Amino acid sequence: MSAFLDLFIRFFPDIMRGAGVTVLLTVEGLSAGFVLGLLAALGRNYGGRIWKGLAVAYIELFRGTPLLVQLFLIYYGLPGLGVTLSREWAAFLALGLNSGAYQAEYLRGSILAIGEGQMTAGRAIGLSKWKTIFHIILPQALRLAIPAWANEPVSLLKSTAVVFLIAVPELMAKAKSIAAQTYAPISAYIAVAIIYLAMVYLLDALLKWAERRSKIPGFEMEGKKA
Amino acid sequence: MESNVILQAKNLTKIYGQNVIFKDISLDVTQGETIVIIGPSGTGKSTLLRCLNLLTRVNSGQVFLDGKEITAQGYNEDFVRQHIGMVFQNFLLFNHLTALDNVMVGLTRVKGMKKPQALEKAMHELTRVGLADRAGHYPGQLSGGQQQRVAIARALAMDPRVMLFDEPTSALDPELIGEVLTVMGQLARDRMTMLVVTHEMGFAREVADRIVFMEKGSIVEQGSPDDLFNHAQHERTREFLWKITELYGNKEKQKGGQ
Repeated sequence: MSAFLDLFIRFFPDIMRGAGVTVLLTVEGLSAGFVLGLLAALGRNYGGRIWKGLAVAYIELFRGTPLLVQLFLIYYGLPGLGVTLSREWAAFLALGLNSGAYQAEYLRGSILAIGEGQMTAGRAIGLSKWKTIFHIILPQALRLAIPAWANEPVSLLKSTAVVFLIAVPELMAKAKSIAAQTYAPISAYIAVAIIYLAMVYLLDALLKWAERRSKIPGFEMEGKKA
Repeated sequence: MESNVILQAKNLTKIYGQNVIFKDISLDVTQGETIVIIGPSGTGKSTLLRCLNLLTRVNSGQVFLDGKEITAQGYNEDFVRQHIGMVFQNFLLFNHLTALDNVMVGLTRVKGMKKPQALEKAMHELTRVGLADRAGHYPGQLSGGQQQRVAIARALAMDPRVMLFDEPTSALDPELIGEVLTVMGQLARDRMTMLVVTHEMGFAREVADRIVFMEKGSIVEQGSPDDLFNHAQHERTREFLWKITELYGNKEKQKGGQ
């Protein structure tokens, strides 16, 4: 136990630098994924044939293949097409594209749940289709999406661990190098597991708070009472 | 008199696949007139209303608003709908907005009105439907009757040329119907031009200038309430009125005739 504590304390600054990179990757991936996911969800729900087709293809492709495969194709495959990316950019791109496909599905579900009626009501007072989407449908759909969508930040945070395979110096990569330096792999992995756990816990608390803040008084879907 | 016609439907036909919803319907709505459309369910009354404000497209025929053909190719639909208010059976308030914001959103986002003016106008409309004290409430915090009155205020705020009501009380508990009908009756007395699809025969009898009886996608008969209730020309009209009075009559008695 004291050996573990020694290791934990000795490498704490290093571990925290790795955790910082993990948080950064999560925030970047989540943000890029949100933009992509929103575009894909809108394209799939409201787009013409071409946008709908593109959205479906994107979502199916990135939900249907492992993140690791996507990461390797972007980092090792794209140079073959003349596009060479730094490891940080490749990690960002893979995480953003992957997360976007999942976020698209959460958003699409909640847009569908808002229903045609709100669109009809918006159009009936003279709002255009896209004004109705932005001022009426999305403010409700985004709130509604939060409980299901809240899985995504947590899941993405843990998924970032795979990018150590292209040597991005995030938390998992730190664990690997600490293990190599100390010959105490179990202690090293337990140390980062504790940090992951703490980050997930904080993230959950943040999401719960956001969910409470965004509640519309008197409006709960599926009879779920606050 | 021709110049007084606000909304005119000419030979409208609507077909879904093999289903003829209505066929060859023509109707003139005159300024200040309250027309009540009655008839059995599934006769295309609601679809007719939705075709008049272009929420649904007719297969053939024309609709004119103030003499301009709004069914013409390329005519701005959003512009048309600003001028034709609509109230729905299930209210369809914007759930994420307060009563006040529900009424204001069209003013600011469609008419481009400045916030202070929009606020004043919205409060005026809420007062008109007797809900000024509920301005800050969300739809989920209002009763069905109150929600429908907010929906009426939302439509009125746009200063429409004509108001369409699609079974506005059908989704309400019996004790809440009266407050909505009272607001509608007041609108009719203020000479708002109104087209109302309803099963409320008490309202039709007392408020309508003209009653239109539709069945199987056609207008069977139309005339003043007295014409239809007491001197209907067609057997089907008499039959329907007898049945519906039988059905809803008791309820109306309980409400003390509205």
